[in-house]
Amino acid sequence: MKLKNALVAVSALVSVGATAAYAETLTIATVNNGDMIRMQGLTDDFTAKTGHEVEWVTLEENVLRQRVTQDIATKGGQFDIMTIGMYEAPIWAANDWLVALDDLSEDYDVDDILPAMRDGLSYDGTLFAAPFYGESSMIMYRTDLMEEAGLEMPEAPTWDFVKDAAIAMTDRENEIYGACLRGKAGWGENMAFLTAMSNSFGARWFDEEWNAQFDSDAWNQTLTFYLDLMEQAGPPGASTNGFNENLALFQQGKCGMWIDATVAASFVTNPEDSTVADSVGFALAPDAGMGPRGNWLWAWALAIPAGTEKEAAAKEFIEWSTSKDYIELVAENEGWANVPPGARTSLYENPNYADIPFAQMTLESINSADPLNPTVDPVPYQGVQFVAIPEFAGIATQVGQEFSAALAGQQSAEDALAKAQVLTTEEMEAAGY
Amino acid sequence: MATQHSRSAARIMMAPAVILLLGWMLIPLTMTVVFSFKKYLPMRGGDLGWVGFENYARFVTSSSFWPAVATTLIVVGGVLLITVILGVLLALLLDQPMWGQGIVRLLVISPFFVMPTVSALVWKNMFMDPVNGIFAHLWKFFGAQPIEWLSNASVTSIVMIVSWQWLPFATLILLTAIQSLDSEQLEAAEMDGAKAVSRFGYIILPHLARAITIVVLIQTIFLLSIFAEIFVTTQGSFGTRTLTYLIYQRVLESQNVGLGSAGGVYAIILANIVALFLMRIVGKNLDT
Amino acid sequence: MGRSVTTQRKAFNTLFAWGIGLLIFFPILWTILTSFKTEATAIADPPVIFFFDWTVENYVVVQERSNYLRFLWNSVIIAGGSTVLGIIIAVPAAWSMAFVPSRRTKDILLWMLSTKMLPAVGVLYPIYLIFIKLGILDTRIGLVVVMMFINLPIIVWMLYTYFREIPGEILEAARMDGASLRAEIIHVLTPMAIPGIASTVLLNFILAWNEAFWTLNLTAAKAAPLTAFIASYSSPEGLFYAKLSAASVMAIAPILVMGWFSQKQLVRGLTFGAVK
Repeated sequence: MKLKNALVAVSALVSVGATAAYAETLTIATVNNGDMIRMQGLTDDFTAKTGHEVEWVTLEENVLRQRVTQDIATKGGQFDIMTIGMYEAPIWAANDWLVALDDLSEDYDVDDILPAMRDGLSYDGTLFAAPFYGESSMIMYRTDLMEEAGLEMPEAPTWDFVKDAAIAMTDRENEIYGACLRGKAGWGENMAFLTAMSNSFGARWFDEEWNAQFDSDAWNQTLTFYLDLMEQAGPPGASTNGFNENLALFQQGKCGMWIDATVAASFVTNPEDSTVADSVGFALAPDAGMGPRGNWLWAWALAIPAGTEKEAAAKEFIEWSTSKDYIELVAENEGWANVPPGARTSLYENPNYADIPFAQMTLESINSADPLNPTVDPVPYQGVQFVAIPEFAGIATQVGQEFSAALAGQQSAEDALAKAQVLTTEEMEAAGY
Repeated sequence: MATQHSRSAARIMMAPAVILLLGWMLIPLTMTVVFSFKKYLPMRGGDLGWVGFENYARFVTSSSFWPAVATTLIVVGGVLLITVILGVLLALLLDQPMWGQGIVRLLVISPFFVMPTVSALVWKNMFMDPVNGIFAHLWKFFGAQPIEWLSNASVTSIVMIVSWQWLPFATLILLTAIQSLDSEQLEAAEMDGAKAVSRFGYIILPHLARAITIVVLIQTIFLLSIFAEIFVTTQGSFGTRTLTYLIYQRVLESQNVGLGSAGGVYAIILANIVALFLMRIVGKNLDT
Repeated sequence: MGRSVTTQRKAFNTLFAWGIGLLIFFPILWTILTSFKTEATAIADPPVIFFFDWTVENYVVVQERSNYLRFLWNSVIIAGGSTVLGIIIAVPAAWSMAFVPSRRTKDILLWMLSTKMLPAVGVLYPIYLIFIKLGILDTRIGLVVVMMFINLPIIVWMLYTYFREIPGEILEAARMDGASLRAEIIHVLTPMAIPGIASTVLLNFILAWNEAFWTLNLTAAKAAPLTAFIASYSSPEGLFYAKLSAASVMAIAPILVMGWFSQKQLVRGLTFGAVK
């Protein structure tokens, strides 16, 4: 018995020696999106290569945000890697809460990361989170319905065209709705869409003195246009529809157009889940002739909380999961349409990926978003569909609730904007602006 | 009857429970009170010093405070009303002779075992969804326009979901109480020609007073802190922001721990007012 | 039950009660049915109720993605551990309140209940910080303790109401016989209180099993119970009703079955002194 134990111990030592590092167990918090679940399924490849084990904490987006924010703000140390977004990265980095990713290996080729993604995940020029996938937003539309309506989608449409087309495509009898847009309250839900949309109408969250701007004409135009469009061509219950709900509607063939994250393209064109897979077209997010388009810029990225004892192993994981090799690995297992998009330049230069119908539109959308100059007038903040200050999530969720209530017909656009103005001012005062 | 000896023994035996609960209450409470007097913003460097009553003033003057208090009372009151009324009716029904009573009781009791997160998810997606929910199908079947439950009848929806979860509890306690009712008394009343309604009003209901008090007390304790049902369904929009949820938004979404802690202190005060009020009634009804 | 009723009346009662019972149970039934559908059938319009190709694929997918047994085990440990710990602390307290009451007994009891009204979100930061200091974040022991505190007032109160129903003369008699306090509790009181204790255990096990705020916020990977398991299926990308249903069934089935089998005990004890 003792001998056997000793043998096991020796062989364990040998195998550890063979992988040339301590085998660690990493705890990784992530969101339950399709690409992350795929990554979870491929963890064995990482373990085989490095010897490190992974414990996944997969949570729904809202729960995830709450858990990781709570943990990092109190230095709870529950996670070795956290999945965060472009909003959190610069704020957390400014608080010295994240480990700088400035010593990644040569093979990893950090310069291959799309510049827009790299900038958005950096603070003071240093990368603090590695993009797992990146996205912008664009129009996904039903080519068959567009044809029936006798219209042709330009590559870069205006909001007016989108509205006319949406109304023409709507057929309530048969449960087809021209415009499926986000209405569910939340800074990452309706406010992501509406803030991006407001940019194209020339609106901004704050002027250069941090005064809330919901009393501006531009916001009024944005919200009025949105409410009118949704009233004429939106699905029932739009005020509780977020990304997931709209995705389900589109896959069931109930949407004419859907303006949302570019990553949705691979879901709506996947014949296994989507009933309309072979009649989906893509176009750039609309504009109002003022310059900026109504598209956003986002990345889900992996970051290491400062203070973890497993920093080295965590970096190994990040290098594995956001590498070119990982993309190849997914392509082998799931096909090129399902690789995590929007993170690396090399992916868009890969001939295998060139056949994917939404690849170029995704890249163009990402490249057309400018987090430093999101709208027409200058702003004191960074971010296209968000404002990279710690208070934003709280404020925007409450503003989103007012806008959502307006969409549900419970108040007018004017009332919603007035309330938004008041509560934003209150919160900014509370934060000491 | 009790001797000096057993009195001191009693005190010793009560001590662990009392001391532990006191600690459980006081330590976090003290920290909450301390935070509430500070500008405490974890995202902006954490503890930024004392600010006196600023957080308290800001919390009550915020445009969302009074609506939140009102929502809290409406939700708690609504659920209590529904569960008590339906609970009494169901208990009366289940007390009637019938075939398969045991199985019916199993069916009725079941929602109590379902975790709040699950029941909220199931109701939200599979029943109240305006396109794919059962209710939408039902409404369409009868040629009506489906209701957008969670946006246009949001508070009602929350009350419905929570009532579904707590109805079994009320029913069970009330049923036990009804079954303990002296059946001879009822029969005597029946012989005297008392109508069912007056039998209910003069004999059954007074007998149930104590049980109803208990149901109200226990449920209030749990209902004041409902969170999952709102977090999963509306996230506090469309007027469903209760005080608990407002505090959550201040502490976790806005990351303003000072402000949220002040809100927490208000919530404790509100809870204690409700508790005091309840205990007055319960105290009377619980007298031995 | 001296009341005699006509068969007709009984049939009517039966029909009516069964109708209501099935209506109340329907959401659970529908979840179970949906869990055996494909994602496409789950949202079929009009809905398919019974006649579809039953599949267990959803359960397979859920199991592949999450280690169900570990979540289940954590739930069992946390709910069970906190209940047992709570009973151990509450029995002596309830005993002394029931048999050696003082003027303050009821105040103490009501004060205990009032601690349950502390809004959890309000004290999340303090508790989280304390947990970090003690190094018990994401441990089962940490959650056992927290859940014990959450339910202790209810446990004490329930036990108190049962103990009070035990006639004092029996204890007097035992004391006459020279039984020590210990013996009195173990040999005389406890056997009489077993039904009451059983229903207290059941109720608190259920409450602890279903608690979703602390169990979610104080755990990561190691101690995460079924409430965390559900959080990874709540609104993923794409169609999810069937998988959500499967995960829901997996989360509630153990407690539902346990509740069904023990409902006699649960109901018998579930009065909180409401019945005199």
